[in-house]
Amino acid sequence: MSLLAKTPGDALEACLAGLDDVPGAQLLRAPEIGGVMVRGRMGGTGQPFNLGEMTVTRCSLRLAGGQVGHGYVQGRDKRAARCAALVDALMQTDRAAEVRAAVLEPLAAELSARSHARAARAAATKVEFFTMVRGEDI
Amino acid sequence: MYVAVKGGERAIENAHAWLAEERRGDLAVAELSVAQIREQLRLAVNRVMAEGSLYDPDLAALAIKQARGDLIEAIFLVRAYRTTLPRFGASRPVETGDMACDRRISATFKDAPGGQVLGPTFDYTHRLMDFALAAEGEDAGAGPEVPRGVPTEEPVPHITEFLNRDGMIEREPDGNDEPPDLTRAPLEFPADRPLRLQNLTRGDEGFLLGLAYSTQRGYARSHAFVGELRVGTVAVEMDIPELGFAIEIGEVDLTECETVNQFKGSKTEPPQFTRGYGLVFGMSERKAIAMALVDRALRTRELGEDNLGAPAQDEEFVLAHSDNVQATGFLEHIKLPHYVDFQSELELVRRLRREAALAASAQQAEAVE
Repeated sequence: MSLLAKTPGDALEACLAGLDDVPGAQLLRAPEIGGVMVRGRMGGTGQPFNLGEMTVTRCSLRLAGGQVGHGYVQGRDKRAARCAALVDALMQTDRAAEVRAAVLEPLAAELSARSHARAARAAATKVEFFTMVRGEDI
Repeated sequence: MYVAVKGGERAIENAHAWLAEERRGDLAVAELSVAQIREQLRLAVNRVMAEGSLYDPDLAALAIKQARGDLIEAIFLVRAYRTTLPRFGASRPVETGDMACDRRISATFKDAPGGQVLGPTFDYTHRLMDFALAAEGEDAGAGPEVPRGVPTEEPVPHITEFLNRDGMIEREPDGNDEPPDLTRAPLEFPADRPLRLQNLTRGDEGFLLGLAYSTQRGYARSHAFVGELRVGTVAVEMDIPELGFAIEIGEVDLTECETVNQFKGSKTEPPQFTRGYGLVFGMSERKAIAMALVDRALRTRELGEDNLGAPAQDEEFVLAHSDNVQATGFLEHIKLPHYVDFQSELELVRRLRREAALAASAQQAEAVE
């Protein structure tokens, strides 16, 4: 679910499209846009304080088999929230392995490639200090 | 006498139609897309998210477009939208120690574990105009390949934790008390530090910059070092009631600044370094450093320091004037019709002048006698 929360809506839909025979589902909670108050800690480690809100869209649905799926995604994309809930529900069925391979693994790989690309750029800007003259050597 | 007047509807409508035309500008120039603003004016987007107090880059970019680049107007739009959102809950406090850092520097320790990582910074640029960016038609974006390094898995610990081990710096009291929320309850004084930090993180960057600068110039000087400045991405986790456990509901870019400040000790505290803290949405370095300096200046009461009467130490002055939407609203309302108010002022001044003239002529008459 954490992975689905961070995936852009169109990427999620594209992955779902790769799955054949996506079952219909009954909406228990229609996609709803809301805010979540993000908290930080004073000094990074201390007591919590309110930093500001972020937009989140959530959705809940039930498959014909009775499995209930919940989706929470960052942003205001209602279709993404519905997709996320559908994937969550499917993961509770006997199609879990198929969904994992077709949807979750490609998304995880993409996310990890994206964060690795940033980390690699950051690593290239790491400062290597070298000592020019040390007092005691003179 | 109070006179109600009506009118101006057509003038207002026409003004707004013209505004829309002016927003679009010259039709011969391509229209800006929201995605272009989000990607290419990201620091403006960051400021609107931080001061609008809502993390949503697309929404902030749209607000900037609608506001014709007036960032305070854009912040106003975001704040207004924010009030329409149902609140799903609050996140767990983000762990900035686990941040995927784009940038991380320390002005106090050269050889900090995790290293000094510059990231995409304006620092060390020569501030010379780059006319290559003005070249039309060619996509300068491709440019030379950005060098890549090999990311290490080593942790990037908070630098102040090293000082903490030796007791050289004050301990940050931990806990999980429910923090006050100034979007739900009006600001009251005295304000505790969690409330002050919420106010500062959404406060106007220019106002905080000026106040922070005043502390450096000697108004409640507390000689700050930037112990650490980090910019990067953190995961946001929230407990989901229907699941019964916490999941990540997204990630946000943050800038965090921890200052280490000189402190000679007070009646209640031993001599040790003290802390100032800044945490802001997006890459907003100037704001995060300013926030940390002002946070430190406002801690006079809890550290038992002498209040020198400096503006940055006065929490009511700082917190009540930091919000640019509130300030703009009050400042600009005076341009709206005040015809009746002014009419009464006019009557008053005329009467006073009449009375003063009468008194003067009476005095003159006395002098002649």
